[in-house]
Amino acid sequence: MENAGGLLASYEYLDSTVDTIKGLKKAGFETVRAYTPYPEHHIEDALGYDQSPVRVWTLVGGLTGAATGFALTIWTSIDWPLVVGGKPIVSIPAYIIIAFELTILFGALGTIIGLFVLSRLPSIKPTVVYDPEFSSGRYGVYVEGSHQRLEEARRIMNEQEPIELREGEADD
Amino acid sequence: MDVETNRRMARGAVPHPDVQTYDEVNRDVLRALETPGKGWWALLAVAASGVVLFFGAWGWQLYKGIGVSGLNSPVGWGVYITTFVFWVGIAHSGTLISAILFLFRSPWRQSIYRAAEAMTVFAVMTAGLFPLIHVGRLWHAYWLIPYPNSRFLWPNFKSPLVWDVFAITTYFTVSATFFYLGAVPDIAAARDRATGLRKKFYQVISLGWRGTDSQWHHFGKAYIFLAALATPLVLSVHSVVSWDFAMTIVPGWHSTIFAPYFVAGAIFSGVAMVITLVVPMRKIFGLEAYLTTKHFDAMAKLCLFTSLIVLYAYVCEFFLAWYSGEEIERTAFWNRLFGDYWWASWTMLTCNGLVPIMLWFRRIRHSIPALFVIAIFINIGMWFERYVIVVTSLHHEYEPFAWGIYRPSLTEMAILVGSFCWFGFWFLLFTRLIPPIAIAELKEVLPAPRRRQAKEAY
Repeated sequence: MENAGGLLASYEYLDSTVDTIKGLKKAGFETVRAYTPYPEHHIEDALGYDQSPVRVWTLVGGLTGAATGFALTIWTSIDWPLVVGGKPIVSIPAYIIIAFELTILFGALGTIIGLFVLSRLPSIKPTVVYDPEFSSGRYGVYVEGSHQRLEEARRIMNEQEPIELREGEADD
Repeated sequence: MDVETNRRMARGAVPHPDVQTYDEVNRDVLRALETPGKGWWALLAVAASGVVLFFGAWGWQLYKGIGVSGLNSPVGWGVYITTFVFWVGIAHSGTLISAILFLFRSPWRQSIYRAAEAMTVFAVMTAGLFPLIHVGRLWHAYWLIPYPNSRFLWPNFKSPLVWDVFAITTYFTVSATFFYLGAVPDIAAARDRATGLRKKFYQVISLGWRGTDSQWHHFGKAYIFLAALATPLVLSVHSVVSWDFAMTIVPGWHSTIFAPYFVAGAIFSGVAMVITLVVPMRKIFGLEAYLTTKHFDAMAKLCLFTSLIVLYAYVCEFFLAWYSGEEIERTAFWNRLFGDYWWASWTMLTCNGLVPIMLWFRRIRHSIPALFVIAIFINIGMWFERYVIVVTSLHHEYEPFAWGIYRPSLTEMAILVGSFCWFGFWFLLFTRLIPPIAIAELKEVLPAPRRRQAKEAY
């Protein structure tokens, strides 16, 4: 975006934060981001979230694990057929346990990878638009827009009496 | 205090009535990372010397051979396998508190689960060493990993021991991931207050967490899925461990009740261990406002409940042995109570069956010193339970010429004691490096600050 900038406001109260987000959304700002010290569903609602795609990663991971578990055990049994304890060469009940464990393992790893991809972690580089108080007790709202539009954003943000309001540009 | 808080208090949804603001949570919990105090250093010194003992004894066994342990025919599984099962069991209640109680939205788990989860990770780390110690020839331990060897021979996937390898490695990976992921937002909170080298350290391990809405959104979902995956996992792991025994035909082991019996015992011993760890932690770091009698009461009830299941399983085993009409099976259980290892069985019955009866009384559940003592009794009892299962069954199997007595050697005892120190060492480091109480989740149960209320208050 040309002539783009950003504004970051810190709030002490949850309702001020939610009202600001709603105000900015109503005024048509597209890039609105919130910082909270804990997961806050009022803010998620205000930003209009639906299902997180993490679940697809979990499902794919789990199914891959189950398939790997059965494939590994069955293929290795056939690869060198040895009768052990009078059991069939391919003993599905015994292999369910391996498949189960790998379902959980791959499902969990899939979830983590999905989370990392979706929320862009890890990102170690220092960030301009952040306030250490966000991990303590303050809520933050960040908005992006052209310079003319930011004046409007500043007005909306100031309505809810922020503790601090500063300019800055997010790095991602 | 407003109406909403009062209402929440009334239905018991306010576990920490003395904590009011978010800043307070950060200040109190993060203080644990800053001021170690003499008590912490003293404990660390004890733990560190125990770690030296642990590796010294293990090194001695590697140098001299497995003969320095008391393991021999017929008792080929002794203190090492006992202790392995003990530590795996300890791990379980951590996942119960962090995952299962999370899915059930239990209001008292927030301030305990971080410590319980850390306990899980370190207990699995400890348990995982025991098969390696037990196999004797450590340099061949990689044979456990499924890979095609030079003759393309694969591990036998029908063997419970191979299931165990999969169960334990999966459990370690998933519980460590779950623990770390849950801690990331709190590590970020620590980063924002730390200075110097510690700040650098937290910057790296917080992965650049900023608490943005999209991060929280995906994090919340990922956390639920991990909890949902960890729940069946934790039940499966100790079931698989129990099948190491139950799949054999050894009298006293060959039983279908083993899986639920082991899982209940695992949670029983694990909750006792959480109490054992959290009582000193609360004292040393001054976390009284966060770990209230309400939490201890809930844990004591969990202990009481699982102790009843365990006691029922004990009685059931004796009944089944008698009811089976099988001479060998009956002898095995008679031998348990009145044979060479009678002292182990009676210790187990006293510590796990009799002592927890005291938990029926509210006054005892609310007395932290009393709970601490009872928890230690349970820890001892649960170690002896595994000792009874492993040793008494093996020393007196079918053929009279293959009966024998097993006495743990000094090396084995040193490794047993050392394992507690190894575990404690990691736990002590944890309390100073990672916020020992879940900061973000605590804030979820505190009432959010609202301007409208603040205005009314003026």
